[in-house]
Amino acid sequence: MTSIKTPSTERPTPPDSTPAAALHSGTSDLRALVLNNLRQSGIYVALVVIVALFALLTDGVLLSPGNITNIVLQYSYILVLAIGMVILIIGGHIDLSVGSVVALTGAVSAVLVIQQGHPWWVGIAAALAVGIAVGAWHGFWVAYAGIPAFIVTLAGMLLFRGLTLQVLDNISLSPFPAEYQKVAAGFLNGLLGGQGFDAFTLLIGALAVAGYAVSGFRTRLARIRYQQPVESFPLFVARVVLVGAVLMYFAWQLAHARGLPIVLIILAVLVLVYGLLTRRTVFGRQVYAIGGNLSAAALSGVKVRTVNFWMFVNMGFLAAVAGVIYSSRSNGAQPAAGNMFELDAIAAAFIGGAAVTGGVGTVVGAMVGGLIMAVMSNGMQLMGIDQSTQSVVKGLVLLVAVAFDVYNKRRAGTAR
Amino acid sequence: MDDTILEMRGITKTFPGVTALEDVSLAVRRGEIHAICGENGAGKSTLMKVLSGVHPSGSYDGEILFDGKPMQFRGIRDSEANGIVIIHQELALVPYLSIAENLFLGNERRGRGGLIDWNKANAEAAELLASVGLHENPVTPVIQLGVGKQQLVEIAKALSKKVRLLILDEPTAALNDVDSAHLLGLLRQLKEQGITCIMISHKLNEITAIADSTTVIRDGRTVETLDMRADDVSQQRIIRGMVGRDIESFYPDRVSSPGEEVLRIEDWSVRHPTQERMVVEGVSLSVRAGEVVGIAGLMGAGRTELAMSVFGRSYGRDIHGKLFVRGREVNARTVAEAIDNGIAYVTEDRKRYGLNLIDDVRRNVSAAALDRLARLGWVNGNEEIKVAEASRKEMNIRTPSVMAVVGKLSGGNQQKVVLSKWLFTDPDVLILDEPTRGIDVGAKYEIYTIINRLVAAGKAVIVISSELPELLGMCDRIYTLAAGRITGEKPVGEATQESLMELMTKDKELVG
Repeated sequence: MTSIKTPSTERPTPPDSTPAAALHSGTSDLRALVLNNLRQSGIYVALVVIVALFALLTDGVLLSPGNITNIVLQYSYILVLAIGMVILIIGGHIDLSVGSVVALTGAVSAVLVIQQGHPWWVGIAAALAVGIAVGAWHGFWVAYAGIPAFIVTLAGMLLFRGLTLQVLDNISLSPFPAEYQKVAAGFLNGLLGGQGFDAFTLLIGALAVAGYAVSGFRTRLARIRYQQPVESFPLFVARVVLVGAVLMYFAWQLAHARGLPIVLIILAVLVLVYGLLTRRTVFGRQVYAIGGNLSAAALSGVKVRTVNFWMFVNMGFLAAVAGVIYSSRSNGAQPAAGNMFELDAIAAAFIGGAAVTGGVGTVVGAMVGGLIMAVMSNGMQLMGIDQSTQSVVKGLVLLVAVAFDVYNKRRAGTAR
Repeated sequence: MDDTILEMRGITKTFPGVTALEDVSLAVRRGEIHAICGENGAGKSTLMKVLSGVHPSGSYDGEILFDGKPMQFRGIRDSEANGIVIIHQELALVPYLSIAENLFLGNERRGRGGLIDWNKANAEAAELLASVGLHENPVTPVIQLGVGKQQLVEIAKALSKKVRLLILDEPTAALNDVDSAHLLGLLRQLKEQGITCIMISHKLNEITAIADSTTVIRDGRTVETLDMRADDVSQQRIIRGMVGRDIESFYPDRVSSPGEEVLRIEDWSVRHPTQERMVVEGVSLSVRAGEVVGIAGLMGAGRTELAMSVFGRSYGRDIHGKLFVRGREVNARTVAEAIDNGIAYVTEDRKRYGLNLIDDVRRNVSAAALDRLARLGWVNGNEEIKVAEASRKEMNIRTPSVMAVVGKLSGGNQQKVVLSKWLFTDPDVLILDEPTRGIDVGAKYEIYTIINRLVAAGKAVIVISSELPELLGMCDRIYTLAAGRITGEKPVGEATQESLMELMTKDKELVG
């Protein structure tokens, strides 16, 4: 979970805003850092405010050990979908079919495991294979046939929902064997014992904090070696301490509930991997290039078709992961599973700062966007607010978030 | 006696963090053609936006007197109601609407019941088109017209608004010489009808040919207003005002010493992507190391199409012909393969095809050769910054930082970013398509200097340009292209503007 809570460490402080500080000391002060990152930090501030608001409104129930575990379990599959979705949106596409693909992959898995009695891992492998195949199907039509993603995946939404109904013969299947259920409902705990709390969870939390500190320090050293501006050392320490404290609090709460959810581990790995993939790899950079200016990317030698194709294959894969998690959590497959998931994933990406026109967005941003939605839904449920009002509030938050972002961009005139 | 139609006094306009105009004054006499010159970013366009109400009254300091009366324009509608019409550099026509529909857009000719009377509109449109010398049917969609004709439609549109002061921002930037000449003739004609013109232009030869007065703006301030009728104002004189110094020679000197052949094209033919006609036919040319070769041709001669089809077949279909790099035949079917073979193509339209405008300088510089910064697919971000910083110094890219967004830079600096991007691919041959389009005099000189440095380092350079003086000033050899065919090849010593123009228009009649 390191990446979720941390303010963007990658972003260098542009020396233009603080030429004196940057050039003379090679560091930047707090004020410059805050100002430069205001637009990015805006979304973190929003998350903190929303968490605080609902913690207050629910008398602290929101932050109770049991409920934090619940939020993780309940919204993990949306976050997984949002990772793939934000990458597509950065590349200038969209995927409206992910809800149907979640249903289809879950259904295939259920038929194999529940109906035909194959072992749990056969179901998971088959689900992933189906997801990848669906992604390749979309990728083919978008990348090689040149059909807009909106149309292709709108067709896919209908197509794969229909196939789900056929695979399931219009009935629900349940229950999964215990091993399969563990994916979404399992916990890693008790490995090290503890008195009323899970020492293992705390250990993992501590390792995550240590990893964050070490990688942050190494990045810092590399930047100094290349004579790039870095934040002042006390500020760096303060940031690590703050992030560490939040992470340890989170781990502490989990340890007092049921331990470390397996889903959380899956999610953390995905966020780390995809965060790095988008920021640090040639593939990731080409996705931004395509979304930013398709023609310029093509004339710079980017293999646009290939990149587009793999973006969709990746989305199919992640939709299958979400499908496995969801089927495991709901302990079965239903014809209507995953309905409207695509909209939650898209909303998460946009709240997280992705641009409708492509070329802009981050995986971490999408995760924070997803968490904002998750905390709001969960908080309102705890308060007993009915479904209709929840929907109204979520709709308005999406609109306001994007409007705020657009306003900010116009003012700052910067992209990311 | 000179009668002043427009006076702008003490105009100061600031944007957050920047003063775009500072105490600028401008006086325009009735019925004259008044040129405004200045380097890019000097504030010319901002001044015209203040005048036309794009920047509304209240967002700037100073006053505007039109016909002696103080004016406060809250928007374009206000200024147009007073007969001030601006034609922007990027034409504001709707491509799929007809000429008549465009002419009366927002100003529709209504008949009974408030419905548009198309017969009346088309008839009026035909009259307006005749008055600008454009012989086209008013129902023709604008997209079927060339840029030159679209420009005329814009002027006709201005006439339909009973224009008294016409402002043209870089009207001939995208036009070939024939269309430019026609446009300038039309401006003279309008002047005779009593229409006053303000013209922003980088083309000093046009200004000296047509303008009655020239106001020079530098760094947001008025430098001087030259009376072109009274004094014999030379181009050098205007340049001195624009850059604040004399440029001894417009084109930097270079000792030419061509080496071995780097690129050769033989019998190259390209078919239009959607139509049946051939765009390039039987073209053969070659360029040697340390040599600058020019390609001269009018718009539509197939210059860009030729270059892009060579560059990894990024234009056209049915491409035939042989391509040799350093004597070896290569088959570059994709842009990536072209880059691998040491070919770089710097586009004529940097905003659309050259840059990711929403991204920063650093990532634009590395975009075409990211692999060189990566190991096993992982990009070394710090190394990337180092490369970008090196380009910034070498190319003299004026930007606060390599993390600055490219879309915020001036045209000249954007062009340097594009050049940096292609130089980072370490090419053997660079094809530069209109490398100085829309950039100011100072930046042009810098680009020429960069080109000279490249050929001195043994690169081969092909320059495509609409400006013949540029080709004559920069190249060792010049090919002329007309209707997709090479119509001549001349060493620069034997070429003149006239002889090139003759070759460029050679078989126009034959092809139609």
